[in-house]
Amino acid sequence: MLNASLKELSAALAQRKISSVELTRLFLERVEKLNGSLNAFITLDAEKSLAQARAADKRIAKGATQPLTGIPVAHKDIFVTRSWLTTCGSRILSNFVSPYDAHVIERFNGAGAVILGKTNMDEFAMGSSSETSFYGPVKNPWGQAYVPGGSSGGSAAAVAARMAPAATGTDTGGSIRQPAALSGVSGLKPTYGLVSRYGMIAFASSLDQGGPLAKSAEDLALLLNAMAGFDARDSTSVERVAEDYRRELDKPLAGLRIGVPKEHFGEGLAGDVGRAVGAALEEFEKLGAKRVPIGLPNSGLSVPAYYVIAPAEAASNLSRFDGVRYGHRAKEYRDLADMYRRTRAEGFGAEVRRRILIGTYVLSHGYYDAYYLKAQKIRRLIADDFVEAFKRCDVVVGPTSPTVAFKIGAKAADPVQMYLNDIYTIPANLAGLPGMSIPCGFGRDDLPVGLHIVGNYFSEAKMLNVAHQYQKATDWHQREPAGIQP
Amino acid sequence: MNWEIVIGLETHAQLSTKSKMFSGGSTAFGAPPNTQANAVDIALPGVLPVANKGAVERAIRFGLAVGGEKVINRRSVFARKNYFYPDLPKGYQISQYELPIVKGGEIRILTESGEKAIRLTRAHLEEDAGKSLHEAFQDKSGIDLNRAGVPLLEIVSEPDMRSAAEAVAYAKTLHALVRWIGICDGNMQEGSFRCDANVSVRRLGAPLGTRCEIKNLNSFRFLERAIEFEAKRQIEILKDGGKIIQETRLYDADKDETRSMRTKEEAHDYRYFPDPDLLPLEVSEKWIEEIKAKLPELPEAKRKRYQTEYALSPYDASLLTDTREKAEYFELVCRSLEGPAPKTVANWITGELSALLNDRGIDFSQLLISGKAFAKLLDRIKDGTISANVAKEVLHGMANGEGDADAIIVKRGLKQISDAGAIEKIVDEVLAANAKQVEDYRAGKGKAFNSLVGQVMKATQGKANPGQVNEILKRKLAG
Repeated sequence: MLNASLKELSAALAQRKISSVELTRLFLERVEKLNGSLNAFITLDAEKSLAQARAADKRIAKGATQPLTGIPVAHKDIFVTRSWLTTCGSRILSNFVSPYDAHVIERFNGAGAVILGKTNMDEFAMGSSSETSFYGPVKNPWGQAYVPGGSSGGSAAAVAARMAPAATGTDTGGSIRQPAALSGVSGLKPTYGLVSRYGMIAFASSLDQGGPLAKSAEDLALLLNAMAGFDARDSTSVERVAEDYRRELDKPLAGLRIGVPKEHFGEGLAGDVGRAVGAALEEFEKLGAKRVPIGLPNSGLSVPAYYVIAPAEAASNLSRFDGVRYGHRAKEYRDLADMYRRTRAEGFGAEVRRRILIGTYVLSHGYYDAYYLKAQKIRRLIADDFVEAFKRCDVVVGPTSPTVAFKIGAKAADPVQMYLNDIYTIPANLAGLPGMSIPCGFGRDDLPVGLHIVGNYFSEAKMLNVAHQYQKATDWHQREPAGIQP
Repeated sequence: MNWEIVIGLETHAQLSTKSKMFSGGSTAFGAPPNTQANAVDIALPGVLPVANKGAVERAIRFGLAVGGEKVINRRSVFARKNYFYPDLPKGYQISQYELPIVKGGEIRILTESGEKAIRLTRAHLEEDAGKSLHEAFQDKSGIDLNRAGVPLLEIVSEPDMRSAAEAVAYAKTLHALVRWIGICDGNMQEGSFRCDANVSVRRLGAPLGTRCEIKNLNSFRFLERAIEFEAKRQIEILKDGGKIIQETRLYDADKDETRSMRTKEEAHDYRYFPDPDLLPLEVSEKWIEEIKAKLPELPEAKRKRYQTEYALSPYDASLLTDTREKAEYFELVCRSLEGPAPKTVANWITGELSALLNDRGIDFSQLLISGKAFAKLLDRIKDGTISANVAKEVLHGMANGEGDADAIIVKRGLKQISDAGAIEKIVDEVLAANAKQVEDYRAGKGKAFNSLVGQVMKATQGKANPGQVNEILKRKLAG
């Protein structure tokens, strides 16, 4: 059961081979065994999970089921969840219980899924290693000395360690795809606007997008069916006809044009990752796909542009955490300004403070044109690169991350090295394009390598098709980390 | 040495929508603190703004009223104005910055020297902040977020006014306009309409002086007093060879003075940038056309029409158009008339009827007299059934709900005596009893005539037809 696909779990539940309560218990026990060492979850509440499982069982008994009814799903602690603690990995929200559910949570609840717990993450999703959490770092199930990637590292580790059959994440610069790659699972960041951001605590509003992490592309399709959809409460939510993202899974790949950007195979790419990705490209050719060399000439500007735009939006988005209405407030202060200063200095960790400072700086009087406006122009150029590329190919494929997982603490002192982790994933966020990462082999120290697939706007069904066909031909996604020491 | 005062106004008009600018929270005034602040208004983690279509529609209505389609920006952008304050839940206010929804337009005001156009720089949509209550709690401040997110239209004028009187005329005209087109209730006590004044002074012909901004003037009187005080203060400083420091000042109504709040150096860096949670606001031609089609005839157009169509003076026309209700009442009465001229109607409405409404503290919407009924009353003067003086009594009866003019005239026996024989008889009696006045009149003392008229009216309890009384008296005295 721990290794079963969502389709198999759904069938087992429907055929009463297992109840939702039993399934939920099974995963809760697994979590209990492993969470002490992996630190993938911030909040667990077995009573609440089991209550939902009992409700799901009733629903199953009545035959009123949907594909996810009764299936436990772990949620990144960035989605506000009614009556659950929602911390966003931060001290400043360490006491925050939301009075409402995020749209994504509503969707899963509506589908009859069970909330298994809230997963650990980089504080306010700012990080690529899940080390900046107030609740301590998440460990990579493939080797506990390594980071699982971030910011959705808790969700990636939970799926990788089979503590959850599926999880949600958010991706602002690679925060679903990079941890999926480093933890050896599949993850999808949908087109900007496909999944409502209502109730997803904002990091950088124009880049943030929620999406699923799971063991396979097929599972991702099922999860995306539940997550996607118009929401009038999010002005950037896109109104379009609902689709079944499973509908193209079984299409053969003959004639598929795979764009290979030379910029993503140059300096900075580790040899082991390059080799695994190269092998994957050969596999695609065997499946009938054609390789098309493409250029993303402005790709190199994406990290600097991102580190202007994202902190600018973040500095403003995080202003509401002021200790006035909810969240942490400093115990002692002299006056209002002192209350703000102490509350925010105590409440935010170093990386969040760094980004607030950067964001405040780039928007300040006299600097706006030189930084923010220029970054927005670069953003347009990067989006235009993809428009050109998609005239010649159907998907863009490359490495998700330049290296496999690095050691905990290895890049903590060097923010720029840390930021470069997302060099291949950031362009999709800047352009608003969908991107995904699937396992494609192993590199140094037997750590997983992720294959990055970027599609055109709203081409999630096509991307899932590409990934699923690859996963039918290979078994990288079925490998699981061995010997996790509880 | 001649000094010139230069004034520009920034006016915040609260748009009369039921829900807030970016949330479904209620905008009703006077609820207990924080009972009208929802998840979006208090900026819980994860919430997002959605622009209120009704507020946008009202802003477009305003644009059409002050400048037509050409001043409506088809694409405007909501921006974040970042600053920390406890009554600003998000740590930023959503406003419009570089691209406002309305750019340009003008307001025409009446001054002593005739009509004057005050140019508008822009009008933009934004949300209000909450309220800090510093007095209610010991050692603490209370925060009421009921106002947080209330939709405002900030209307910015060019520095086109040259006196406190002009600024007041502009503010009053603007106040009348926003109510006229139904976008703001204009309630100044509740803060629905408030002005900030930018004031500078200069010697005639000199370039613009350094300005000071006076904040939150919520009555026309305060606006006038604050500008007068501020101009005097600046002139005195300059006369003494001093310099004006650009700053924000607060008007203290109790002390009737302005005092410094913060200087330019202390001003915030608001770090404006386009709000990524909101898409640019796109306004279609079709929508603008729809809004335009529903726009009522505007006060300025009415004023012009009253002068040509009804031959009224500019003064009368402007008195009649200070509210839409009054103007519409006037037109309704005119349409229902059989006899009298519009000028008579105008005199009655701006005179006796306005006084009556004032005394009773009501407006046209609460008046129990329909336009038709009022026209009937005026017809009764014209056809000689009652005199103008008696008509005033009838009017008050009608306002009390005692019935229509005819019913009250019959019930109270107010019908005018127009029987020449009856009047002659009374005149004879009065002349006989007032030999002294008759003598005076004949000696050339005109005043004596009025006294005799008065005696006749008194004898008939005011019911004698005054025209006939005059005529008969004159004839008899001459004879």
